[in-house]
Amino acid sequence: MEVRKPHIKSIPYEEWNDNASLEKIIDELHEGGVGVVTGSLDQLINWGRSNSLWSLTFATSCCGIEFMACGCSRYDFARFGFEVTRNSPRQADLIMCAGTITHKMAPALKRLYDQMAEPKYVVAVGGCAISGGPFKSSYHVVKGIEEIVPVDVFVPGCPPRPEAIMYGMMQLQRKVKIEKFFGGANHKQTKEERELGVSNEELTFRAKLGDHRREPIVVTDVPQEFVDELKKEKEDAAV
Amino acid sequence: MKLTPLEFEFDQFQKKMRELKEKSHYDYLVTIVGEDFPKSGLSDEGGLGCIYILENTESHKRCSVRMMARKQVCGDGMSSNGTGDTDGQMLAYIPSVSDIWRVADLLEREVYDFYGIVFLGHPDMRRLYLRTDFNGYPFRKDWKFDDSYKLEDDVEPDYGLEYYLDKDGCLQSKQNKLFDADDYVINVGPQHPATHGVLRLQTVLNGETVKRIYPHLGYIHRAIEKMWEGMTYPQTLALTDRLNYLGAMQHRHALVGVIEEGMGVELTDRIKYIRTIMDELQRLDSHLLYVSCVAQDLGGLTAFLYSMRDREHVLNCMEETTGGRLIQNYYRIGGLQDDIDPNFVQNVKALVKYLRPMIQEYLDVFGDNIITHNRLENCGPMSLEDCISYAVTGPAGRASGWKNDVRKNHPYDLYGKVEWEQCTLDSCDSMGRYMVHINEMYQSLNIIEQLIDNIPEGDFYVKQKPIIKVPEGQWYFSVEGVAGEFGVYLDSRGDKSPYRMKMRPMGLSLVGAFDAMLRGQKYADLIATCAAIDIVIPDIDR
Repeated sequence: MEVRKPHIKSIPYEEWNDNASLEKIIDELHEGGVGVVTGSLDQLINWGRSNSLWSLTFATSCCGIEFMACGCSRYDFARFGFEVTRNSPRQADLIMCAGTITHKMAPALKRLYDQMAEPKYVVAVGGCAISGGPFKSSYHVVKGIEEIVPVDVFVPGCPPRPEAIMYGMMQLQRKVKIEKFFGGANHKQTKEERELGVSNEELTFRAKLGDHRREPIVVTDVPQEFVDELKKEKEDAAV
Repeated sequence: MKLTPLEFEFDQFQKKMRELKEKSHYDYLVTIVGEDFPKSGLSDEGGLGCIYILENTESHKRCSVRMMARKQVCGDGMSSNGTGDTDGQMLAYIPSVSDIWRVADLLEREVYDFYGIVFLGHPDMRRLYLRTDFNGYPFRKDWKFDDSYKLEDDVEPDYGLEYYLDKDGCLQSKQNKLFDADDYVINVGPQHPATHGVLRLQTVLNGETVKRIYPHLGYIHRAIEKMWEGMTYPQTLALTDRLNYLGAMQHRHALVGVIEEGMGVELTDRIKYIRTIMDELQRLDSHLLYVSCVAQDLGGLTAFLYSMRDREHVLNCMEETTGGRLIQNYYRIGGLQDDIDPNFVQNVKALVKYLRPMIQEYLDVFGDNIITHNRLENCGPMSLEDCISYAVTGPAGRASGWKNDVRKNHPYDLYGKVEWEQCTLDSCDSMGRYMVHINEMYQSLNIIEQLIDNIPEGDFYVKQKPIIKVPEGQWYFSVEGVAGEFGVYLDSRGDKSPYRMKMRPMGLSLVGAFDAMLRGQKYADLIATCAAIDIVIPDIDR
């Protein structure tokens, strides 16, 4: 018996982005072998869990309104089983982090995440939650919530359209579908993660490439006149 | 409005300000702008100070006052009551006006938070936006940039400091307790489903009755004003849409308005028409969401779905032209990003026709319901005098009979030329605030109807230089935002980027008024009042 590729009815497997990372997780799960009984039970549980993902309402800014629009008549994500939002972290499966996280809010986000029961997921919605977005140069904005909690799905956009939010949620469904509860759960916070507040993937990424969140923004495509003026100013200052 | 601030003697300041209010009837304090003034010329030494913008609520004349801070080392260790948190520090100070205009309470705390100016006689000088352990005052020009943060909880003091000059003229401080020993304190927020974001209200209860509310802000403080100081003018535009994201158009309108006024740009009629229509579409969008959120906060999910359904139609109309659903990014300095979509006129007309009967439907489903009336009537009351003193602008103030609509009082674009009514009621409670929103939707439809057929030909953009510079001076320009007056103050020193820009947020004064509205009311009324007053937190925190 093996862990099956995640299947979502409406979209064929090949058309999904980021299949490679899911296959990597599947391979890792295969390593120890999969029992017939425990594997079947896992599939049953995952089928149920992936179709009733309850999110914690954690809307700090603009993206929250698009999240509301997702739940309303036109987009209606009740079709996927996402419609139950919880106001208590104890009852939620995932944090839908929709909006900027500031330095004053960061301890609250960390605490809410810690209060949730395992297995728990984080979806970072919008540019601010991913990297600080347009407020990257501010003194009071966290440059991406991955500095505080491990993130499962990133949904880019400023703010992302409801379609994008639903795509992100369906990606999370796929991730939930390949979990293993019996014989070694694969989604548990490690001790290191808990202490540092950073996912292991992020740690290895930083060791390889450096801390990409603190790099300055480079602007290309600047009008020539502007460049000339800056040069002239510099020269004047030098004189 | 170009500002030509009055200046008063330091010792006369409080007296003169009181005279301005009582004799000259400048009873509406629009905003207090803290600023780290530069040295300019021989006479002006610069330094920390404030600019107060005032309005006469009868003639709608505006004036401004500039007050420079004095500096002194705090405390001589003799007469302070032994607390001395800031003893030995060099502090800038200005006399407080919080007993003249009640709205100054939060505004002065904001200035203290960003500039470290203390206000003599203000009973509660705590930080408003930043953490208590924040290092320094970030808006001062000599502040060293630091974006490190902690994941430990903030340790908040349970007292506020009051500063005063003793009889020898020494600056002293004393503590004022925030809570009594046996007070029962509940925190509403920052993560709470009914506060529309991350507002935190520290509520002191006596049984079920509210005794006092202390608002804690800054959970979504993104320091937009500080970022602006390092940006060129076209760059500054991108951030305003993300304040009150339901009033993206109006916010940007105020910002381009103040820059265009400073530069003296003349707009074509086409731009003015399109801007007016877009502003009103945005108002419809926001009010529709408001109507649904009031219902949801009171537990009526059905009504929530009805108006959210129709909001999508409004968004469609704007999206075809601007390309954005929520964040529009449509106005720019000197005009618009692009011309309107060929189908825009036809679509808007269809929308107006569709929406007019729908508004009655929201009332049928929710607004006229007996439960809604019982729940909202006499909930969070505030009289006309208090509304002006607390600067409760927008629909909330108009529900108490205050004719404060900026579109009428200081007409911009085409608001002076179209026929529409300012909606006021005199019920002074949450039900009135709800009904003003409903009535305003009809007025928005009226304005759109009058303009949509007559959009003149012309340019949608008046060509500007690639590098935009605003001549030296100070300007203030305000528009009627979705929940009150939204204004931008610009201090330009002739550079590519502003020296200081400050917004007058719509929600800050509304939050400041919660305490007065809700004292003696039931705890559950807090949620109802909060829902009916229409606050959006990123707009308050900026």
